[in-house]
Amino acid sequence: MTLTSIQTFIIICMLTLGTVTTRFLPFIIFKNPKLNNSYINYLGQVLPYSTVGFLIVYCLKDVNFRGSTYGIPEAIAIVCIIVLHYWKENALLSIGVGTGVYMILLQIVFK
Amino acid sequence: MRDLQEKFEALKAAFPHTIPVFAGFTFLGAAYGILMNSKGYGVGWTALFSFMVLAGSAQYVAISFLTSIFNPVHALLMTLMVNARHLFYGISMLDRYKNTGRLKPYLIFGLNDETFSLICSVEPPGGIDRNWFMFFITLLNHGYWVFGSVLGGLLGSVISFNVEGLDFVLTALFVVTFVDQWKTQKNHKPAVIGVLCSVICLIIFGQGNFIIPSMITIITVLTIFRKGYADRKELAEEKIQ
Repeated sequence: MTLTSIQTFIIICMLTLGTVTTRFLPFIIFKNPKLNNSYINYLGQVLPYSTVGFLIVYCLKDVNFRGSTYGIPEAIAIVCIIVLHYWKENALLSIGVGTGVYMILLQIVFK
Repeated sequence: MRDLQEKFEALKAAFPHTIPVFAGFTFLGAAYGILMNSKGYGVGWTALFSFMVLAGSAQYVAISFLTSIFNPVHALLMTLMVNARHLFYGISMLDRYKNTGRLKPYLIFGLNDETFSLICSVEPPGGIDRNWFMFFITLLNHGYWVFGSVLGGLLGSVISFNVEGLDFVLTALFVVTFVDQWKTQKNHKPAVIGVLCSVICLIIFGQGNFIIPSMITIITVLTIFRKGYADRKELAEEKIQ
């Protein structure tokens, strides 16, 4: 554990607060149907797509293209996932194989 | 007694629909528990996270907040960003959850991706109380998530894994989601905007400081593109009518 117990508990509370906020907010805002805000509606429709793009970048933020692996394991694993997912359309299979490929590359091939 | 019978019937009707989620949450939850264990957070912490937060991707992302400097504000902002899609789920569920009475707070609390997609797509058979049916789908999925993470936490403490690279499971999850969205959506602008704005902000602001600038840039660019989107949307709706 990097954090103390109290710090960890605060992080849990922050996550809970964040999750509860995003889940309850629409039901609070749109209690009165007249307040239906088209801008929020629009963000609700497009933001999910932008967010996933952002999250991929966030996950890859620590990849060092000048480091020992040049980001090759990440690139290979992601290509595997995309191809497999277009082909089989099975989310668990794609995630499982993609992660497995990455772990093998990191632990054995690029050791 | 009749009341109890009714609830049991709703549970029986809900259960078969949740089996795929059981498989998925056992796998993703176990990976989460193993990862948490490898960072020194025991099964108790893992269970508490899964029970209280019930948001897979946010919990995975939060691992990076558990292994660096204590920064609760960043953790909150990141959770809001990761879970922004729930706003969309909530808006879609306004109608369905309208008359759910005292079950409503829990139904909203438990509205994660999997529960959302189930409740959107399955209908209870005739004679089954719809509210309790939705309640049990939510409750079962919540239970599976806690079960999976506890299982991972226990496995991680008993067997020693070489977990190097296991955190890629989160990247994989997002890439799969991205591909799914890409295939179902005709308009790829929001997805491309998300990637490009984040990459640009990452280059400009660096790893440690690009989260908030990215959020602001994405929302700004989406707002700029709104005009064209609204026009096309109206056209599409006219066609449907």
